[in-house]
Amino acid sequence: MQEHESAILHCTGEAVFINDMPVSENLLIGHVIYSKHAHAKILEIDFSDAVKLKGVHSILSYKEIPGINQMGPIIHDELCMVENEVTSIGQAILLIAADSKEIAIEAEKLIEIKYEPLEAILSIESAIEKYNLLAPKRKIERGNLQKGFEDSAHIIEGTLKTGAQEHWYLETQICLCIPGEGNEIKAYSSTQHPSETQAIIAEVLGISSKDVEVEVKRIGGAFGGKETEANHIAAWCALLCNATKRPVKIHLFRDDDQIITGKRHRFLSKYKVGFNDEGIINAYSVELNSDAGSATDLSMAILERAMLHADNSYFIPNIKIIGRAYKTNMPSNVAMRGFGGPQAIAVIETAIDKIARYLKMDSAEIRYKNFYKIENNNISPYGQCIENNRLFILFDKLIKSSDYIKRREEINEFNKSNEFYKKGMAITPVKFGISFTTSFLNQAGALVNIYKDGTVLVNHGGTEMGQGLNTKILKITSKELGIKLVKIKVNATNTSKIPNTSATAASSGSDLNGMAVKNAIETIKSRLSEFVVDEFRKKYEGICSKKHNIKFENNFVYDIKIPERKISFNELISNAYLNQISLSSTGYYKTPNIGFDREKGQGKPFHYFAYGMAVSEVIVDTLTGYNKILRTDILHDAGDTLNKGIDKGQVIGGFIQGTGWVTTEDIKWDSDGHLLNHSPDTYKIPTIQDIPEDFRIELLEGYPNENTIRKSKAVGEPPLMLAFSVWLAIKDAISAVGNHEFEPDFSLPATNEVILLSIEKIRKLQKEPA
Amino acid sequence: MKLNINNKHYEIPDSYKEKRLVEYLRDDLDLTGAKNACDMAACGACAVLVNNEVIKICHAHLKDVEGKNITTIEGMANPDGTLHPLQQSFVDAGAIQCGFCTPGMVLTAHALLLKNSKPTRLEIRKALIGNLCRCTGYQQIIDAIEMASKYY
Repeated sequence: MQEHESAILHCTGEAVFINDMPVSENLLIGHVIYSKHAHAKILEIDFSDAVKLKGVHSILSYKEIPGINQMGPIIHDELCMVENEVTSIGQAILLIAADSKEIAIEAEKLIEIKYEPLEAILSIESAIEKYNLLAPKRKIERGNLQKGFEDSAHIIEGTLKTGAQEHWYLETQICLCIPGEGNEIKAYSSTQHPSETQAIIAEVLGISSKDVEVEVKRIGGAFGGKETEANHIAAWCALLCNATKRPVKIHLFRDDDQIITGKRHRFLSKYKVGFNDEGIINAYSVELNSDAGSATDLSMAILERAMLHADNSYFIPNIKIIGRAYKTNMPSNVAMRGFGGPQAIAVIETAIDKIARYLKMDSAEIRYKNFYKIENNNISPYGQCIENNRLFILFDKLIKSSDYIKRREEINEFNKSNEFYKKGMAITPVKFGISFTTSFLNQAGALVNIYKDGTVLVNHGGTEMGQGLNTKILKITSKELGIKLVKIKVNATNTSKIPNTSATAASSGSDLNGMAVKNAIETIKSRLSEFVVDEFRKKYEGICSKKHNIKFENNFVYDIKIPERKISFNELISNAYLNQISLSSTGYYKTPNIGFDREKGQGKPFHYFAYGMAVSEVIVDTLTGYNKILRTDILHDAGDTLNKGIDKGQVIGGFIQGTGWVTTEDIKWDSDGHLLNHSPDTYKIPTIQDIPEDFRIELLEGYPNENTIRKSKAVGEPPLMLAFSVWLAIKDAISAVGNHEFEPDFSLPATNEVILLSIEKIRKLQKEPA
Repeated sequence: MKLNINNKHYEIPDSYKEKRLVEYLRDDLDLTGAKNACDMAACGACAVLVNNEVIKICHAHLKDVEGKNITTIEGMANPDGTLHPLQQSFVDAGAIQCGFCTPGMVLTAHALLLKNSKPTRLEIRKALIGNLCRCTGYQQIIDAIEMASKYY
């Protein structure tokens, strides 16, 4: 197994993150003074004393922005700095540049901001009540819903709330800006989207993109939280750098990071499902209502992905999916791993779970019966054919390898003989569409340089944030050029090398950038092959070698038809240089044959689907709600994996991050919208104690994915949704308290409190006369 | 005051006593392996060993460690630069993703293995409860520590 390319540097402490970079003595520390009210008029700002404090170099308000006061990524509805009214807590009002963080904090104490609080919308319920829509509703539908329900023997309706989630990347938001000559500025930013960071810096400074260079060596975790949020920190940092003409660094404190930045969108979803005696779904209607927060950011794209995943893995002939994003006075919510998919999948999985309890059948059976089929019943509600369906193979293998049937019996026995501890189990699938649903974003660029000594420097537009993108790029380069890994380096991502990149998001990093790198290499190989054919002609008599027969393998370049005609890679490169052959090329890739019509809700938004399945077993203490995962089995489809260790790491990490979202990660705000979770002491991301005691992870082998880089599949986001196996296993255990005769109250996250209340309600129902 | 950091002696002016250890290591000595990620001694990214005990140094001051032996991640590798077997196990087991928690993880695991050279997986879980990782899901970290235990 090829190790993560930075692994050695990380475990020796040599790896350099932005906060580890040596900077000149000239460095100033940037500090953000942000809104403490969810919605208020700003009556007065007085920083006259603060600006006089020794060590304070600059205090900026929106008035000092030389360019446009705007940092909304798509819709320009998000001010870089507040003007006269704040619309959420955490919006920047003033920026301070000081000699040290301590001085900046002292200065903050001398600043007076007078607010006039206004009415604030702080919950999705009140946003719905006021019909405070962010944008017109979206719709995807198929079939005849009304008739579908009429034809259904049974109907279940319900509402599901799914909570927010804090990204909790270990490295909080950070940017370091260095001024250059004239207008030039260089930003070292922990951003998933360097090109957008560049564009927004240029806009707020009123300069052009050519003068802004953004570089990303590595990111200390992102998970979507640095797709747009990083732009904000970079824009503020650039403003201070521009004002002082000195290097400035902004590195958010953990508390500030949690308060200022947006979260996974909270959803309040309503659903109605119609099905027959067998549990086969005939009609499904779902309204997905999201809390977008105070600005658009990516909320509409997130809502769209939610809608496109309302079906999860199931064929539903009559279906209507409505999506509404509501504007509230919460910090604008942002991308997070899964990007709306998890919120919608939670709803259909809840519906299936309820159908099973209603019909007194195993939920695994209901799931199996409703899977998309192979030959027919394989068209999604938005019209895309579900090709290369891996659901049945995953289900069959996993039911066997997890010993599902036997363990189900054992769990039933356990529950019969134990009053206070109950066990539960669930198998849940994920089918996740791969591609940005905004089709034009599916493009990438690369620049490959081969030096005279035969070593290779690869530049691409993706960012390395721990997911192993650069490790995969190294392998792709090594395979394509037929040279050893040690001869290749992947450069820091830099907007001056690769322009107009898309965010490293939507799990698409290696799909897009890997292909762009391959295309760059193919251009160089084509030149080299032509040259080598010529060289062979001079050197060898007989028939000429053909360009298409030239192979790059094992550090040699040779003719596959006449293998004795060969030259070492290094010698070839050296000769090619002397013969004036260009050893550098850009590469470009766009995903073919995709497109989605938002208005009609129809099209082929995805290049392909990634699949996975998980079985989890839990035990719940019914007197406290405490629970733990006894065993999880995962089988995940990563196509022909580019790196087994890295892909497994993504599966485990995604699953555990999802487990946090569905169990312990409960975000709370007070009645004025102030965040009550501070740092890890009150915001509980999974610890090492929370992972399954018995944890078995396998990748599906022998199922290559055609038309992708080395037949691989994207793997970043899909495994997060496998955590529904844990969530529904907990519900199964709660349900066991009432012998599965009552439908438990349940929401997401299922904290100990939610579990305990649900159990108590069942116990009360049990005591009531029938 | 005196300090020993990675087997090197340091004489430090008394005026530094109130300085936080994380800042001293990172800013004065350029030992940037220890990261400040939560600023409240809760996440373990800043963990170093003080007399082979795990200390989260975002809340420790130089006066707290006077005269003690400190091991940071930069002091883990062998003098010839080859990796310590525990570091190598982290590399081989795929226990590293973004890497921000790695220095603290490795050092905390090292402290465990020095005390208990054959920990069970349950004991590993108990020992690392104070180190948060958001990327890996921990499983490969436990694997790495188990792999390394034969070298202790």
